[in-house]
Amino acid sequence: MFRLILRRILRNNFAIMGLFFILCIFIVAVIAPYIALYDPYKINVYKVLEPPSKEHPFGTDELGRDVFSRVIYGARVSIKVGFLAMGIAIATGTLLGAVAGYYGGFIDTVIMRFVDVMLAFPALFLILAVVAVLEPNIYIIMIVIGLTGWMDVARLVRAEVLSLKEREFVLAARAIGAGSGRIIFKHILPNAIYPVIVAATFSVGGAILIESGLSFLGLGIQPPEPSWGGILSVGKDYITVAWWMSLFPGVAIFLTVLSFNLLGEALRDALDPKHWAED
Amino acid sequence: MISVISYGDFDKLNNMLSYLIKRFLLMIPILFGITLICFVVINLAPGSPATFQEELSPKASPEAVEALKKLYGLDRPLHERYLNWLRMVITMDLGKSFVDGRPVKEKIKERLPITVTLNLLSLLFILSVAIPIGVYSALKPGSIFDRALTVFVFTGFSVPTFWLALLAMIVFGVNLGWLPISGIQSIGVETMPLYERIIDWIKHLILPVTIMSFAGFAGMSRYTRSSMLEVLRQDYIRTARAKGLPERVVIVKHALRNALLPVVTLLGLALPGLIGGSVIFESIFSIPGMGQLFYSSAMARDYPTIMGILIIGAMLTLLGNLLADITYFVIDPRIRVRKNV
Repeated sequence: MFRLILRRILRNNFAIMGLFFILCIFIVAVIAPYIALYDPYKINVYKVLEPPSKEHPFGTDELGRDVFSRVIYGARVSIKVGFLAMGIAIATGTLLGAVAGYYGGFIDTVIMRFVDVMLAFPALFLILAVVAVLEPNIYIIMIVIGLTGWMDVARLVRAEVLSLKEREFVLAARAIGAGSGRIIFKHILPNAIYPVIVAATFSVGGAILIESGLSFLGLGIQPPEPSWGGILSVGKDYITVAWWMSLFPGVAIFLTVLSFNLLGEALRDALDPKHWAED
Repeated sequence: MISVISYGDFDKLNNMLSYLIKRFLLMIPILFGITLICFVVINLAPGSPATFQEELSPKASPEAVEALKKLYGLDRPLHERYLNWLRMVITMDLGKSFVDGRPVKEKIKERLPITVTLNLLSLLFILSVAIPIGVYSALKPGSIFDRALTVFVFTGFSVPTFWLALLAMIVFGVNLGWLPISGIQSIGVETMPLYERIIDWIKHLILPVTIMSFAGFAGMSRYTRSSMLEVLRQDYIRTARAKGLPERVVIVKHALRNALLPVVTLLGLALPGLIGGSVIFESIFSIPGMGQLFYSSAMARDYPTIMGILIIGAMLTLLGNLLADITYFVIDPRIRVRKNV
């Protein structure tokens, strides 16, 4: 089964490109100190706002720091925020969705109304409000992005659980006296895992987009820590004289998010039996 | 056939009324939940708004801080403060801004029209571009146009729109110098004749509205495409073709109308994203709307304004969803109220 899925993913050229780029970003993030040309925090007043050159492939910023090295280090922030925010969103959504779907009735109503309430907020407003009230740092940003992004997963898991909980194998488990927790986690959720994996892949990209937006607004990762959105934020002030600050970090965000979206799309095709009949 | 209103219409009207009532009743707990979350968010703050004002003026005496706390009711227990605040919100009194002491309601009121106008313009723009694109590529699945759409959709979903805004500013504002890159009117616009003023206004809006719509194009055209493909597979389309109707009539009258139904719902769902995005676009393009006000309030930790805009934003979303649902109900002949909502 696993090999079948893998083959389906590998047949998709876009997915391979996406997977390859995600791997690259991962490696770059891990070995950043070894491939960065300069210390990303090193200020050099003699080399302020230099255009791209051999020594500085992406140019330098308003404090003479090497933009290439800062973009490399920025990958660490994006990957960290992307994955941890996704983890929080998926865990919250899966748990609430499974509980709502399994128990039904009043619990279901309360949880689903809570989902409606959360969906009513323009997401960025809610995130900004929390980040503004608390001092923004990378952990608060992860948690906030995660806790405002679980609603779709909850709906999805709930729907899966609703359809699974009346199936024979669940009834059988109940008949032999398995507890609710065991039924949910051991019998139902493993069967609902595929759509969750797809949603998780997309949500990494989504979280990276939100983080970069927050950092761009100055309410995300705080300087001098390098982040892609943060470099763009400063780049905006020098937009007429230093296009390189506005170009490269944006390309990095775009390619990273695109890779996760391509992979997510390929996973959706590979994991959803509905698509299998087509080839 | 002579009577203008058939029994079916009465049924539908009846259904519609009971649906609307149900829909409104459902909004009450959600509105309540919205206020609760707003209140929780603001009270996450370490320290109180009074200590923040203390930071601003460190010379404030302990008595003054006490007085401030009393003024904002911060000496009361939490649930009492929530109920007090809820009472204020219900009467649409959103308190006074910490920054300039003006009523939050007034501040929002003067900013809201700009944001709503921008969002409506970009919704219109999204619809007028995305629907033809989606329909066309559904008619020719697998064609070059259709493939190009797929690429475009992925770009739209993956590109950080604020970065796109920066690039557009560099190209069209700085390099080519075609369009202004900030504000919604030029300096000295008051002295211009009316038509020049309108042109000035349009020029200022082209970049923000286009960029705001970008992500929407992708989502909407993809959605229209798959909805149209779904409808084209239906039996009634085959029937219409079998009757010998011209292809144009089949597509426009039979397929398109049904394919666009779910698009209405998507419009409602797209609203929170659009409104939320206004924070980013309004601060990039220096547009004095509600998003920019929210941004500056967040930076200044102006709690009453933050709370006010949070609530208004959520209510706008609810209103948008309600309108979408009602529209759906009105235009879809098949819909019947489900007994258990």
